Amino acid sequence: MKNSKKVTYSIILAAIILAFLFFLEANKANYGMAYTVLTKGAILAVVAVSMNLVTGFTGLFSLGQAGFMAIGAYITAIFLIPTDTIQDVYYISGVSPAIINFKGFLDSTPGWIQALAPYIALIVGGLAAALLAALIGIPVLRLKSDYLAIATLGFSEIVRAIISSPQLDTITNGSYGLKKIQGFSSIIQTFVIAGVCITLMVLLIRSTYGRAFKAIREDETAAEAMGINLFKHKELSFVIGSFFSGVSGGMLAMFMRSIDTKTFSVSLTYDILLIVVIGGIGSVTGSVISALLVTVSKEWWLRFFDNPLYIGNFQVPFFRTGFRMVVFSIILLVVVLFYQRGIMGKNEFSWDKIGNNFTRFKGFIAKKASKGGSDHAK
Amino acid sequence: MPNSILRLEDITMQFGGVVAVDNLSLEVNQNEIVSLIGPNGAGKTTAFNVVTGVYAPSNGAIYFKDNMITSNYPKGSMKKSYVGQNNGKYTTRMEKKPDQITKLGVARTFQNIRLFKDLTAFENVLIAKHMRAKANFLSATLCLNHKEERTMREETLELLDILGLTNVKDEKASSLPYGQQRHLEIARALATKPELLLLDEPAAGMNPQETDELTAFIYDIRSKFNLTVFMIEHHMDLVMEISDRIYVLDFGKLIASGIPEKVQNNQRVIDAYLGVQEDDEE
Repeated sequence: MKNSKKVTYSIILAAIILAFLFFLEANKANYGMAYTVLTKGAILAVVAVSMNLVTGFTGLFSLGQAGFMAIGAYITAIFLIPTDTIQDVYYISGVSPAIINFKGFLDSTPGWIQALAPYIALIVGGLAAALLAALIGIPVLRLKSDYLAIATLGFSEIVRAIISSPQLDTITNGSYGLKKIQGFSSIIQTFVIAGVCITLMVLLIRSTYGRAFKAIREDETAAEAMGINLFKHKELSFVIGSFFSGVSGGMLAMFMRSIDTKTFSVSLTYDILLIVVIGGIGSVTGSVISALLVTVSKEWWLRFFDNPLYIGNFQVPFFRTGFRMVVFSIILLVVVLFYQRGIMGKNEFSWDKIGNNFTRFKGFIAKKASKGGSDHAK
Repeated sequence: MPNSILRLEDITMQFGGVVAVDNLSLEVNQNEIVSLIGPNGAGKTTAFNVVTGVYAPSNGAIYFKDNMITSNYPKGSMKKSYVGQNNGKYTTRMEKKPDQITKLGVARTFQNIRLFKDLTAFENVLIAKHMRAKANFLSATLCLNHKEERTMREETLELLDILGLTNVKDEKASSLPYGQQRHLEIARALATKPELLLLDEPAAGMNPQETDELTAFIYDIRSKFNLTVFMIEHHMDLVMEISDRIYVLDFGKLIASGIPEKVQNNQRVIDAYLGVQEDDEE
């Protein structure tokens, strides 16, 4: 397929998505569920791609995502809680003077900086997560596979424990969490931020550094013999992955408007791991598709399993709160059984493939039609 | 006076109580083809791994173009258990990592092929170009290095063309036939722009015809890329035909060295390969 054609198709696809988002934004009230679920899906897509960058492309089995997200989320939250309500949020232990001073400083900055505050908050949150990743990466990245997973998992729990510790009550509000966080202005904003993050990661993966990451995933010894500094590249991938985890954590805070440490428990990491595995370890488009699909089916399409269902006078058994998750698990099992390497495997979405499938489909139809025709003739 | 490109001095590699390479000294000169031979388990691959930085030697030093790249002496727990020679001769410690040694201009292939299996032949070679790329990760992400990227890709295509792999460049490395995988591994090593190429059993698993072709191929790449070749090999025909000089290892010790004819007729080499007849009657 010609490049110009591909570009045209891509622009059309982007336009359709944008138009759909504008439609959703305009009819927020009627499509509340779709609105919420898609927002959450976009946020999870960012963190799933960031996990894929580390796990799928560099071969580092890291389970620390929730910890990095927590850091990003708390920093973003502190940035974005309006100054006039901050006392209400910290009503139990009081606000640390540092935060009050910081908020005062923020309010004294010119208007355009305040308008950019959400973006600055997200970036600062991401940078903090990246910094921490750089520090813990030095000892932890010597480990391999499962050992690395356990170490990063432990780290993520440590972050959570520290955030909820009473000593930090005046900063993180301990176990009460932070509330009244300024949210996204529209679903378009969410999707644009998510899109920029994912595009940056895709560009990195396609660059010469991304190829070096893949080399490390395939064979560390050979990669090292080809002059790739293992530690430097593993650290780089881990830090960048954590940066985007932090950003998505901040986005999650903006989406939920109130966060506490339970939000960032291990189960969040598992949810992301699930998305990555279902989408295909080593496929960005797989992660994005699977993030949207998993979120939408878990939170929305399967909702009706949670309510009692009557057909006439007959009550269908099992339909009660929680049954949704049973069905969801069964669907996961089936998907994993039929697509053992995830929906996309290690492949990416490409117009060529769609084109090929379409041609094959047309050929198939034509064959059927001619066969049918000859049958008639007899 | 020939120019030495690689010099091993008193290299000993001891794993616990096992001395895999014992006091090995050898020299490879510019543009030579030198072979390292010996029966299985003689320590040839260990010697290669010491040169390329996979292992730090227990004792001894290595010089590349007369600059020290590796040097070590027995220390820690090795100090007590060390049984090799020249203990105390070396006092500096320098352990370069494999990637640093590759950067200096030493490339290698592996005994059991280690390609990036899931990537295409083209990507396999392109990855080896990464080391010499100047872009940092930010400029690479934002595509500010497109000129460099284009040269990298062009050089890769050129290299694949020279090695006759152009028609399979988009195939996955694991799907290539064995001979082509060997060629691809050499192509990947050449992409790092080496001066010294270490080949670990390049003819392993090849039939006689392919082995013949390999001889011509090695001569060819030596002249094209101005290389020095240091190789481990078991095919004696190939070794005798191609080598300028040969070193023979047995149980980690150097037992013979010199031009092929001399080594061929050396009694100790023949004994090592055929086994010594133990005469009980005497």
